[in-house]
Amino acid sequence: MILLTFILLPLIGAFLAWASAAVHSTLPRWIALGVMLAGLILAAGVWIQPEPASVVGADWRYVYHQPWMPRFGVSLSLAMDGLGLLMIVLTFFLGSLAVLVSWEEIRDRTGFYYFNLLFVLGGIAGVFLVMDLFLFYFFWEVMLIPMYFLIGIWGHGRRLYASLKFFLFTQAGGLLMLLSILGLYFVHGASTGVYTFSYAELLQTPMEQGLGRWLMLGFMAAFLVKLPAFPFHTWLPDAHTEAPTAGSVILAGLLLKTGAYGILRFVLPLFPEACHYFADVFMLMGAIGILYGGQLAYAQTDFKRLVAYTSVSHMGFVLVGAFAFNELAYQGVVMQMITHGISTGALFMIAGVLYERLHTRELEKMGGLWAALPGLGTITMVFVMASLGLPGLGNFIAEFLILAGSWQANSWITVLAAIGLVVATVYSLRIMQKVFFGISLREFRLKDMTFREAAMLLPLVIAIIWLGLFPQRVIDTAAKAAPVVAFQYKDK
Amino acid sequence: MTTNDLMALLPVLILGGASVIAMLLVAVRRNHRVMHAFTVTVFIVALLALFREPGTMPYVIAPLFVVDKFADFNTGLILAAGLSVLLLSFNYFEQREERKEEYYILLLLATVGGLVLLMSRHFVSLFLGLETMSISLYGLIAYLRARERSDEAGVKYLLLAALSSAFLLFGMALVYAEAGTMDFVGIGQYLAGISQAPMTVVAGFGLMLIGVGFKLGIVPFHMWAPDIYEGAPLPVAAYIATVSKGSMLVLLMRFYRDVNGYEYTILWWVLAIIAMASMFAGNWLALMQRNVKRLLAYSSISHMGYILIAFLAGMEAGQEAVMFYLVAYVITSIGAFGVLAMLSDEKDDAEMLEDFSGLFWRQPWLAAIFTAMLLSLAGIPLTAGFIGKFYVVAAGVNAGLWLLLALLVVNSVIGLFYYIRLVAVMFQPQEGAVVRRRLPFFGMFALSALMALLLWLGIYPSALIAVIRDMMLTMG
Repeated sequence: MILLTFILLPLIGAFLAWASAAVHSTLPRWIALGVMLAGLILAAGVWIQPEPASVVGADWRYVYHQPWMPRFGVSLSLAMDGLGLLMIVLTFFLGSLAVLVSWEEIRDRTGFYYFNLLFVLGGIAGVFLVMDLFLFYFFWEVMLIPMYFLIGIWGHGRRLYASLKFFLFTQAGGLLMLLSILGLYFVHGASTGVYTFSYAELLQTPMEQGLGRWLMLGFMAAFLVKLPAFPFHTWLPDAHTEAPTAGSVILAGLLLKTGAYGILRFVLPLFPEACHYFADVFMLMGAIGILYGGQLAYAQTDFKRLVAYTSVSHMGFVLVGAFAFNELAYQGVVMQMITHGISTGALFMIAGVLYERLHTRELEKMGGLWAALPGLGTITMVFVMASLGLPGLGNFIAEFLILAGSWQANSWITVLAAIGLVVATVYSLRIMQKVFFGISLREFRLKDMTFREAAMLLPLVIAIIWLGLFPQRVIDTAAKAAPVVAFQYKDK
Repeated sequence: MTTNDLMALLPVLILGGASVIAMLLVAVRRNHRVMHAFTVTVFIVALLALFREPGTMPYVIAPLFVVDKFADFNTGLILAAGLSVLLLSFNYFEQREERKEEYYILLLLATVGGLVLLMSRHFVSLFLGLETMSISLYGLIAYLRARERSDEAGVKYLLLAALSSAFLLFGMALVYAEAGTMDFVGIGQYLAGISQAPMTVVAGFGLMLIGVGFKLGIVPFHMWAPDIYEGAPLPVAAYIATVSKGSMLVLLMRFYRDVNGYEYTILWWVLAIIAMASMFAGNWLALMQRNVKRLLAYSSISHMGYILIAFLAGMEAGQEAVMFYLVAYVITSIGAFGVLAMLSDEKDDAEMLEDFSGLFWRQPWLAAIFTAMLLSLAGIPLTAGFIGKFYVVAAGVNAGLWLLLALLVVNSVIGLFYYIRLVAVMFQPQEGAVVRRRLPFFGMFALSALMALLLWLGIYPSALIAVIRDMMLTMG
């Protein structure tokens, strides 16, 4: 039942927030904050609890099952394991911060804004929890429309173009995934006589090699676009740049993670053979993404665009790690999903904070801000260091684990990926240099962080340092959820 | 004719009788409100009449009609569609025309024609139903005769529909000449008895397909659609999009079943090519439109293409998918045209993209309804359109129609583009003072009900699916 709560809480909150706007225009944000914090406390509570005796044999902590459309074998079935739990905690954590970020930025149509914000988060929570492929597709699509509105209504200059591009890319990928889901459904039905979308049952689908590969590519189409992997990444910089700050935070912190999550949860366990067949291709795509994204990041003059391209680069590691098929890389990928969510989310928030003060995102127009904004500068420093992979911060652990794992799978591609760390150093330092150091020509005074801004950035700082120093807690939680089927495939 | 026969035909008889009474009512005294209330009542009574004591199903009234669950279900669908159109009509005509009453007579007659189509199993009843509907539609389309595009649309429809009827008749004659029967089942038996269909029959089917294709508005017989949709009064456009197309589609399904159409590969390929062409032409041309009426017209062409994919997927899963999609399509089409009708004022219809700019901030509820309808047309979750599209794709995957499905994906993305653009226009910031107009109660009631239905079917489609399955299985 608690699983259903995680999904319904934001969805119901969304409608409440919308309705409450009629009473007072600031009421929606309080409702949104309350809902997200409640979810966060609930999720953290689950995490802190000692693991319950595993339900139904597998490593699921909770399961919930309810038939929905028996005609198609669709059921409302939810389950949560370590991976799902971590993602849910991240969802509500970043969700709460996204509400705080919007506090001052969004002044018009607040009701509808918080409706969309909470609805996206509800859709994302659904994606992380459902164990039915039909429902997975359902939530996959549900989160798009509100995101589209967030960018399209409250975004910056070219928001319509950016939101439309985002929407079309993800929809095209999603539809191909739908074809694959249905293909899997009918293959399973034809061979076993049971027509079902249940994840657990589809895992045991006997499949021809060729067909399995095609179906796997259909799934990958959706996930690669979402991740985003080179060359499907072009929607991302536009969407990130034009989105309001909270939109960017959710995009980078959570939406991209649904792609990574899909690969870990669905592609690897469902198609172990096809994954091994295409592994090198995808690892190479990941490595290219790391280098290409890093290089483009360096070339940007727009702060948000720069951070957007670093996402392309960082998410490349996920792709490399996911197709390395070993425990080490898998743990790295999970770490990367979380740490990237936190560090990039933080950088987008910083971009938002700077924009509020300077009304520009152009790096050329910044410079020498340290004197005026020492507090913000220090925090930025932390996340820039995290982004370049400084030991002691979460991202280092993640990237180290991924590289250590992928070395065993493909050493050449690992070398390429490792070069990415150098690129990361370059663009990260460039951010600091351009924004905070150098000469300031500014004559008017700038306000350093307000209480609200500190309240949203400090938890992120604590989180990223905590992840860097004590990663074992996250690794343990995720360990049981590893797609062992895929790891073992080679040995057969 | 026995009492049972009359009971089976009850909904048609009610509507037929009512149209006579309606004529007398107009002759006695013109009153728009009375006329509207009368017609609404008639539709409701006809809907209730569907729940008559069911005799043996399927109930055949030889040689013309067959009443089975399939016919009953679609009768319900058509009547509900007609009722929604009626509710949207009152205010629309109240604003415009001085002589509004005949509209309702024509609407009743057209619906009688549609209902006849749903249960016909014979060329004669097919043709009678079709012509009853078409002739009423000529009048309905040109009803706002003071408007410049109105006559043009009416005459255009008249000429093209007459032409297509001629093709249909000729095709029927050819089939009859060879098969010696005009009964669907009889034709099926004749075809099953011979090894290869003779040229005359194939040609006959081909000619009939022209007639049917015209009514369905599929490529290459789609030319009339945008002009008629644009010129016709908005409720009539909604009526054509749903009742006229829907009843023709149902007839096609029945005919195909009875003559075992799935066994003829040439026919299959012809329809497959038509489906592809309809999807592409419809979506592509819709993309170019700035006029929302024409956009909806073209998008409905592409939706017919999607439906044809399900149709081609074969008997069981395919025809189920067609029925579900049809229900979703009827709801969304009436909803979309209904929103346009609500927004129209005395002089002009709301049809240009600019008319919708910032609508969400002026009329939030109406904009929300329109958004829901458009998202459903685009096949986004939580709406019936999503389940419908899912059903179609499922049927297609099941039958292995990979090429058609790949094209469907491509076309869905093109379709998304213009639906979403229209949604985006509605959410554009509104400049200047917000002027809210009072919206007519009946229309808003109908639209809200349609939206509720849309969401209900999108979230919990099981009930409808069960009904459709049951009905398809008992059809035999």
